[in-house]
Amino acid sequence: MKFVWFNLMPWPDLPDDFRANHRSVWVDIDQKLFDPVRANALYHQYMDQLEYADAMGFDGIGVNEHHQNAYGIMPSPNIIAAGLARRTSKAAICVIGNSIALYNPPIRVAEEFAMLDCISGGRLVAGFPVGTPMDTNFSYGQIPALTRKKYAENHELIMRAWKETEPFAFDGQFNQLRYVNCWPKPIQQPHPPIYIPGGGSIETWDFCIENDYNYSYLSYSGYKAGKMLLDGYWERVAALGKDDSPFRAAFAQTICVAENDAQAEELYAEHILYFYNRCLHVYPGFADPPGYRTVKTIKAGALSQLRRSNQKSFTQLTWKDLVEGGYVIAGGPDTVRERMEEMIKSLRVGLVFGLFHQGSMPDWLTRYNTQMFAEKVMPQLRNMWPEYDSDNRWWIKPLEGRVQPEVSFEDRLRDGLRPS
Amino acid sequence: MSSALPSSFSVTTGRGIASEVRVFGTDGPAVVFLHGTTGLFDDEPMLSALSTGSRFRVFAPALPGYGPESDDSGETQLDDMLDVALHGWDLVDAIKSEVGLAGPVHLVGQDVGAMIASEMAAVARHDVDRLGLVSPLGMWVASAPIPDIFAMLPFEFPAALFSDIGLGTQLLTKGLDFEDPKAIEAFQVRNSRRLGFMGKLLFPVPNRRLSTRAYRISAPTHVVWGANDNLTPVDPYRAAWDSAITLATSTVVDDAGHSVHVEQGQLCARIIGDFLAGLR
Repeated sequence: MKFVWFNLMPWPDLPDDFRANHRSVWVDIDQKLFDPVRANALYHQYMDQLEYADAMGFDGIGVNEHHQNAYGIMPSPNIIAAGLARRTSKAAICVIGNSIALYNPPIRVAEEFAMLDCISGGRLVAGFPVGTPMDTNFSYGQIPALTRKKYAENHELIMRAWKETEPFAFDGQFNQLRYVNCWPKPIQQPHPPIYIPGGGSIETWDFCIENDYNYSYLSYSGYKAGKMLLDGYWERVAALGKDDSPFRAAFAQTICVAENDAQAEELYAEHILYFYNRCLHVYPGFADPPGYRTVKTIKAGALSQLRRSNQKSFTQLTWKDLVEGGYVIAGGPDTVRERMEEMIKSLRVGLVFGLFHQGSMPDWLTRYNTQMFAEKVMPQLRNMWPEYDSDNRWWIKPLEGRVQPEVSFEDRLRDGLRPS
Repeated sequence: MSSALPSSFSVTTGRGIASEVRVFGTDGPAVVFLHGTTGLFDDEPMLSALSTGSRFRVFAPALPGYGPESDDSGETQLDDMLDVALHGWDLVDAIKSEVGLAGPVHLVGQDVGAMIASEMAAVARHDVDRLGLVSPLGMWVASAPIPDIFAMLPFEFPAALFSDIGLGTQLLTKGLDFEDPKAIEAFQVRNSRRLGFMGKLLFPVPNRRLSTRAYRISAPTHVVWGANDNLTPVDPYRAAWDSAITLATSTVVDDAGHSVHVEQGQLCARIIGDFLAGLR
């Protein structure tokens, strides 16, 4: 079982009256609420936390891409990942991911991900989300009905750029390039592990299964609501004749560990409610533009997590609702372990993206939560899928360690810095 | 000669896209009407009035996304403005072939249909006799941004598209029960197909640079505006269109919004009809 420590990097200072006096946390978020000086502290704090998770033994550290969004101040996760690649040495760098339909040309993604894989020594996990409508359509202006077509073409171009060993011409509907010649190439060959974050589009299931990519269900609705969707995914895995390795799927879960259940509420409730009540306050008109979801997905009844009905419930949830509904796994170590076991088994996932920082959680509490989970819960959950112990198809293949130069500056100093 | 035509017929374009064409009237000069984002309503007062007394025969094809869902309904095949403008001519050709017409036709369009008709008139300037535009989309004035219809909630459309909000609500939702999951699903599918397709022309900004090609429109053109248009306000959009098309004239109709062809159908038909007949 693998655990990735994930940080959405939310803005923690949305005012108490945010819901009443602002239309949306996303797309047309009020710019007056952003303070660049405050962001100096936040970016460093959030990156420090990700590095701390590496030190605490998490398998990976995760970042993602959102635009014009107060719950994710990370429009370029690659910048954060580059810093992490330098300052960590063990954990996978999980960029979940780059919204590839937004890049023109998407060669940029192939290049930057290759750079990250080289810098990190083969520790990159490459995520390719279609992207939310708020990011992809309303913030970055992609036409909803063409988003998936462009995504498919960009995916093809990136994969070819990584795999092909000679320059080639690419004649696509959205990209025409005479000389595609990706330089650098990733250490992990033929490519880093690919994770596809999804929110319920059934076309995404088939895409993941056919390409043997990990399907990562990123929901804020918790594992109980996620079960119905992942059951559908596993049915498609079986229907398409693939094996049912749990490492084919991942799930994002907010996790809060304390000494006991009562203390968990005392410590975390305020900050988690900040996330659900303020950070998920998205104007419903931004959630589902016509053409973004295919007719097939609409008819399948797969619900967008930000649909109006859900939106209303997100912002009105209480701590009790969140815990009982499985939106948040919170409590003392035994409670958290039991519920994590239930979640992992019921969803059949081999990897959990753990949200240990959420909403307005202060740094000290985030680190406390991380340490409690790493020391008192994670070790008990490692052996959830013993029959798949050796299944590393969806995981990084890093170098043994950083490759050192043949002759170092220190060697030269000892030699009196003479040219050889 | 064409009095035996039914009130609708099907055509298939050279590209293989099927379309149902509604016919208003039995005789008179041919007019091809391209509908807007709301599609054709059961009652189309302007089109009915245009055909009264055999003044005109109006042919109104369903644009991609607005007919029955099928593999050849066009919404997945056509991706940009040129695709759609040429599809418009494919439809005109198919209609002319079906009815037995030859020569230039009158083109009339409303909203995005007017945008498409204008592009068609720029592409094939000698194939349009006269061009009638009703509350057209297709120009963008930075000081008066057109509201984002793709971020609107269903209950917000009537006020954006109609001066008479009650009439708009009645026409746009037709008594839809938002408590019925099946009805909501059908509404979402319809909306997704229609506006999803039109998003290729209108999202995120409804401007595909017609203004740089409008100089090619040589057909006499008349533009009709609703005085209370909340989507494309008369000021400044009337002036933008008047200045972009060489032979353009325009009229503003009171007590009407963006859907002026529905709210003041008789008056619109008189204005457009007189223009097409060369009386304006």
